[in-house]
Amino acid sequence: MTAPTTSVPATGDEEDRPRPASAGDPFDRDVLPTPPGATSALLRSLLAPMRARVAGTTLLLLLQQAAVQAGPLLVAYAIDTAVPAFRAHDHGPLIAVAVAYVLSALASGGLQWAFVVASARVNQDVLLDLRGRIFRHAQALSVDFHERYTSGRLISRSTTDVESLRELLSEGLQELITVILSFVYISAMLLWLDPGLGAVAVASFGPLYLLVRAYRRRAGRVFQERSTAIAAVIVKFVETMNGIRPVRAFRREAANDAGFRVLNRRHERTNGDALLEMARYVIGSRLVANTAVALIVLWGAYRVADGSLELGVLAAAVLYLRRLYDPIDRLGMFLNSYQSAAASLEKIAGLLAQTPSVPEPAAPRRLPPLASEHPGREVVFDGVRFGYRTGGEVLPRFDLTIPAGQTVAVVGSTGAGKSTLAKLLARFYDPSGGRVLLDGVDLRELAVPELRRGVVMVTQEAFLFSGTVADNIAIGRPEATREEIERAAKAIGAHDFISALPDGYDTDVRKRGGRISAGQRQLVAFARALLADPAVLILDEATSSLDIPGERAVQRAMATVLRGRTAVVIAHRLSTVEIADRVLVMEHGRVVEDGRPAELTAGTGRFATLHRAWRDSLV
Amino acid sequence: MMPTTPDTPEDPSVRTRPAGRSAVRTLLRLWPYVRPVRARLFTAAFVAVVASCTGLVIPLVLKWMVDGPVAGRDPAGVWLGALYLLLLGVAEALLFGLRRWLVARPLSHVEAEMRAGLYRHLQRLPVAFHDRWASGQLLSRGTTDLMLLRQFLAFPLTFLLVNGVTILVGVGVMLLQDWTLGLVILGPAVPVVVMCALFEKRYASVARLAQDQVGDLTTVVEESVLGIRIIKGFGRHRSQARAFHGLSRTLRGTELRKARLLATIWAVIMTLPEMAIGAALVVGAVQVADGSLSAGTLVAFLSTALALRWPVESIGFLLAMSQEAATATERYFEVMDEEPERPGPAVAAVSAASAAGGRPGAGGGDGGGAAGGLRFESVRFRYPDAPPDSPPVLDRIDLHIRPGESLALVGATGSGKTTLTALVPRLHEVTSGRITLDGADITALSREELRAMVAVAFEEPTLFSASVGDNVLMGAGDGAGPAELERALSVAQAGFAHSLPQGTATQVGEQGLSLSGGQRQRLALARAVVGQPRFLVLDDPLSALDVHTEAAVEAALRQVLARTTALIVAHRPSTVLLADRVALLSGGRITAVGTHHELLRESAEYAHLMTGAPAPQEPAREAPAREAPTREAPPREEEEEDDDR
Repeated sequence: MTAPTTSVPATGDEEDRPRPASAGDPFDRDVLPTPPGATSALLRSLLAPMRARVAGTTLLLLLQQAAVQAGPLLVAYAIDTAVPAFRAHDHGPLIAVAVAYVLSALASGGLQWAFVVASARVNQDVLLDLRGRIFRHAQALSVDFHERYTSGRLISRSTTDVESLRELLSEGLQELITVILSFVYISAMLLWLDPGLGAVAVASFGPLYLLVRAYRRRAGRVFQERSTAIAAVIVKFVETMNGIRPVRAFRREAANDAGFRVLNRRHERTNGDALLEMARYVIGSRLVANTAVALIVLWGAYRVADGSLELGVLAAAVLYLRRLYDPIDRLGMFLNSYQSAAASLEKIAGLLAQTPSVPEPAAPRRLPPLASEHPGREVVFDGVRFGYRTGGEVLPRFDLTIPAGQTVAVVGSTGAGKSTLAKLLARFYDPSGGRVLLDGVDLRELAVPELRRGVVMVTQEAFLFSGTVADNIAIGRPEATREEIERAAKAIGAHDFISALPDGYDTDVRKRGGRISAGQRQLVAFARALLADPAVLILDEATSSLDIPGERAVQRAMATVLRGRTAVVIAHRLSTVEIADRVLVMEHGRVVEDGRPAELTAGTGRFATLHRAWRDSLV
Repeated sequence: MMPTTPDTPEDPSVRTRPAGRSAVRTLLRLWPYVRPVRARLFTAAFVAVVASCTGLVIPLVLKWMVDGPVAGRDPAGVWLGALYLLLLGVAEALLFGLRRWLVARPLSHVEAEMRAGLYRHLQRLPVAFHDRWASGQLLSRGTTDLMLLRQFLAFPLTFLLVNGVTILVGVGVMLLQDWTLGLVILGPAVPVVVMCALFEKRYASVARLAQDQVGDLTTVVEESVLGIRIIKGFGRHRSQARAFHGLSRTLRGTELRKARLLATIWAVIMTLPEMAIGAALVVGAVQVADGSLSAGTLVAFLSTALALRWPVESIGFLLAMSQEAATATERYFEVMDEEPERPGPAVAAVSAASAAGGRPGAGGGDGGGAAGGLRFESVRFRYPDAPPDSPPVLDRIDLHIRPGESLALVGATGSGKTTLTALVPRLHEVTSGRITLDGADITALSREELRAMVAVAFEEPTLFSASVGDNVLMGAGDGAGPAELERALSVAQAGFAHSLPQGTATQVGEQGLSLSGGQRQRLALARAVVGQPRFLVLDDPLSALDVHTEAAVEAALRQVLARTTALIVAHRPSTVLLADRVALLSGGRITAVGTHHELLRESAEYAHLMTGAPAPQEPAREAPAREAPTREAPPREEEEEDDDR
C-alpha cells in the first residue's frame, strides 16, 4: 500500500501481561512535571548567548524612541521660543526646529529599520535554538518515553508551542521594550517639564500595575487550558489522518466529527475566554488612563490660568500624556502573548526536563578490534534483570552467552520476554540490573555511532520516511554510494520491485506512483540493515509481512551477505529456525530450552511441539 | 542523510497563487465562514470606528479649553472641559472594551468552525489524496494557518477599516482647522500608498514560502517521532537532527527576508508622515507668529496629527498580517477545494440492493445463483494520479466469490493484493469494469451502505484512542452490545482484553495503553467480525500471531467464514487453508483459481509462493515481483461461469 502511517507504537509482546492501572501516571496529563523555575531558566538559557545582541537591539530601540519622542519637545520649543523669536525677526530658532524635526524623522525611520532587522535576527536565532533543542531532546529520549508520550503531543510541543513563543518574540518583546521605554521616557519628560504634572502621571502607574497583575493571574490559567485544549485537537487530528483507511472502512467519519467537535469546542471556549480577559483588561486600563488625562489637564489648566504654568508646557504635557497611555493596549497584547508563551514554555520545559533513561556515556569506550576474520561479535547477558517502569519484572535474572558469528532463533509464546531481550540488546532500554556486553564491553559504555556499527535491529513496523527509496535505504549507512545501495537491495530481493517503480530508486515514497506495500516496506527495511552491515543483527518479527519467497531471500542474505555476523532472530514462524545454529525457547522471561534445532526438534520438549504445529500448518 | 527533501514545485502543497488573484479576492473566500457572525463583526467594527473618533474629539476639547477658559481664566469652564474629557475618556474605554467583547466568542467560533470543516472534509477526501499529502502539511493548515486567520479577523480586518476611517476623519478635521496645514500633512500620501502596494506584492510570496516551510518542518517532526525506533535502531538521530536543522535554518532565512521587507515599509511609513508633521509645525509656527493662526489651533492641529501617527504607522504591519492571512486562506482552500468522494446515488435507485444488504448474516439465499456473492467483472485499476499511459496496477480482473464462500488471494509481494481489497469498500474507485455484491454494483450503493455490508481488517491494525470495547464495536451497527463484543473477542482469541487494567474499558490507541502488534491484530480482527458482516475482507489477518494463537484463531474464524462471503489476502499456507478456493494474482491479473492443492500441482508460481520451491522462469533468488513474464501469458480462466461477458 502506501504512506508511512505506522500508527501506534508497538511495544512488543511483553505488553500482553497487563500493566497496573496507570492511575497517577504523569504521562496521562499534557504537562509533564516541571521542576520549579525550569521555565524561566529555559528562557534565560535561550537568551543568554544573545546577551550582547539583545543589548544592542535594546539600544537601537532606545535611540529610536529618543528620536520619536523629540517631537512634542520641538512643538513646545516652537510655540514658546521660536514663535516669539520669529516675531522679533529672528528666524534662527524656527530653522533649528525644522532641521531638528527632519533629522528626528529620518533617525526614527532608519533606527526603526535597523531595530526590526536586528530583533528579527535575535528572535529567529532563539527559535532556531529552541526548535533544535526540542528536536534533539525528543530524539535522545528513550523508546520507553516515546511509548508513553504520544506523538501528537510531541508534535504539538514543537509546532504550536514554539509558535506561541515566536509570537512573543516577534511582536511581544518589541511591544514590551517599547512600552517600558516610552513609560520611562515620557515620565521623565513630564517630570522635567513640570514636576507636579509628572508626579500625577507617575502616580497613575499604581492602579495600572494592579490591573496588569490581576490580568496576568487570570489569563495565565486560561492560557494553560487553551494550550492543553489545542494539543488534544492536534492529537485527534493526527490520529485520524494517519488512520484514514480504517476510518473510512468502518464509517467513523460521523463519530469522529462528533468527537472532534467536543475537543474543538473546548478549544473554542478557552480561546473565547482568553479574548474576553483581554477585553476586561482593555476597559480597565483605558479607564485609568483617560481619568488620569482628565485630572492632569484640569490641574494644568488651573495653573496656566493662575499663571504658574506656561501654555506651551501644558500643550507639550498633554501631547506626551496621550502618548504615555497609548501603549497600554500594546502592553495588553504583550501580556497576551507572554501568557500564551509561558504556558507553552512550561510544557516545553517539562519535556526538556525529561532525562533520557538510556543516556549516552560520558566517557565512551571503543569496541576491541575484531578477534577473527569473522565480522560478528560475542554477546553476553550477564545477570540481566529487567522490569518495565510501570509493571512487574519481565526478565528475572537472565544469563546468556552468544558466541561471535552464531545465529540464534528465539521462540516462545506471547509475553515470554523475547522482544525485551531484543530491545535490551539493541539498547532501546537499559537493564535494571546486570550488564549486556558486546565483546566484553558494556553497551552503556559505547557511543551511539559505535553501538550502531555493532548492533542493528529490524522490527516488524517498517516505517518509510518521506524522500526517495534510495534515501530510505541509505539510512542504514548515509555515506553509502548508489552502487552499494543497489547491491543491498539486490541481495534482499528488493531490486526488482524498486526498478519497476516510476523513477526506480529515485521514486519519492510520498509522491505519485510511490505506493509501496507492507511486504515491500519490510524488504526496504532489510536492505537498510544490510547496508548498515552490523556485527550483530536483531530481527524482531521482521518477516511477518513477507511471503515465503521474500522470507527465503532474507534467509539467503543472512547465509551469504551477512555470513559470520552474530544474529538474534525472533519469529513466530519457525521457518527462520531452519537457518539458526541454536534455538532458545523462552517462557516467563527464562530460557527453558536451548540447543541445536535438530536436537530440539527430535526431542519431546516445547520446541518439538511448536515445530510440529508449524509443520502441520505448512500442510 | 535523512531524506527530507524540501518540496519541489510539483508538490501539491506548494502551489503559487494564480496570477491576478489578489489578496482581497482570496480573503473574500472567507465570507461564508464569517457570514454567521457578520452582525457582531460589523457592529464591532462600527464601535471601533466610533471609539477612534471619540479619541479624535479629545484634542478638540483641549483646543477649546486652551483658547477659551484657560486664556479667559474661567475656572468653571476649566471644570466643564475636564468633565467633557473624562466623559469622552470613559466612553472611549467602554467602546474599545465593547468591541473586543463583541467579537471574542464569534471569532473563536469562526476558527473552530473552519477547523471542524477542514477535519470533516479531510475525512471524506479520497484515500489517494492522503497518500499524496504529508499529514504535517495538513496539520499546519488546521492549526497555525487558522490561528492566523482568526487573528486577521480580530485585528487587521477591523483596524484597516478603523484606521482608514480615523485617518480620513482626522485629515478632515485638520483640513477644517487649517486647510494649508492640512495639505502639507497630506503631502506624503501618494508615495506611501505606492510603497505599500509594492510591499504587499513582495511580502505575499515570502509569506507563502515561510508557511510552506513550516509545513515541511512539521512533517519532519512528525516522521521523526513516528519513525523513532528506526532512527534509534540505526543511531541516526544526529543526521536526522542535522536535516531538521537545515530545514529550520532555511525557515530562519525566509523569516529574516520577511523581517527586512517589513522593516523597510515600516521605516517609510514612519519617516514620510513625520517629515510632513515637521513641515506643518514650521508653517504653523510662522502663521502663529503672523497672528493668522491661534496657538490653540496649532496645538489642536498637531495633537490631531500626532494622534494619527499610530493609525498610519500601523498600516505597514496590518498589511503584512493581511497578506499572511491571505496566504493562509489560500493554503486552507487548497485542501478544501479538493473534490471529496462523490456521494452515493439516491437511495431509491438501489432499494433492492439495500434491502438485500440491510440484514447481514441472514444467510445468502436471496443473493444466490450466478448473480450472488462478490464478483469482479473486467476490473481494471490505475491510481488516479498515475500517468494515463502507465500500465494499470490491476487489469482484467474477473473473479467470482459465491455467497458463503471464502476465497484466498495469493500473489507475490507488491502484486496488488492490498490494492484489490481496497476496491471493495471503495477506498479506491475502479478505473473500469465493475464490482458487484449480490448482484448490486457497488457504485450504485451509497458508501455508507456499502461499508456497512463489507467489513475489513487491514494489514496495519490501527486502533483509535478509545476503549478496547469501543474499538471493536465500531465494526458493528448501533444495536451491538456486550454479547456481540464477547463473541467477537472470542473469535479473534482476544481474551487478553479482559485482563487489561480496566478490562474492555481500557483506553488504547494514541492516548492509551500501547499493545503489541499481535494484540492489535487480534482486536482489528474482532472489529471486522463483530458486525457479522455479509462480506468480509481480511488483509493478511494473522501475520503477527504466533503459531498457537494462529491455530486457535483459525479454528474460530472457520465458523465465521462459513456464514460470510470472504476475500482473504494470504501469504501462508495456513491462512490459505481458511478459504475454500484460492486465486493467484500475478502481473495485475488473476492467473489461476482453484483449491490450494490443485494450484500447488498446477501452478509453478503458486508453488513457489507457498513453499519456496524454485520460481517458474527464474532462479529463486530473483523471485518476488516478477511482472513482465506473466503479463504475456493469457489469463487462465479456471473459473467456471466467469468468462467474458
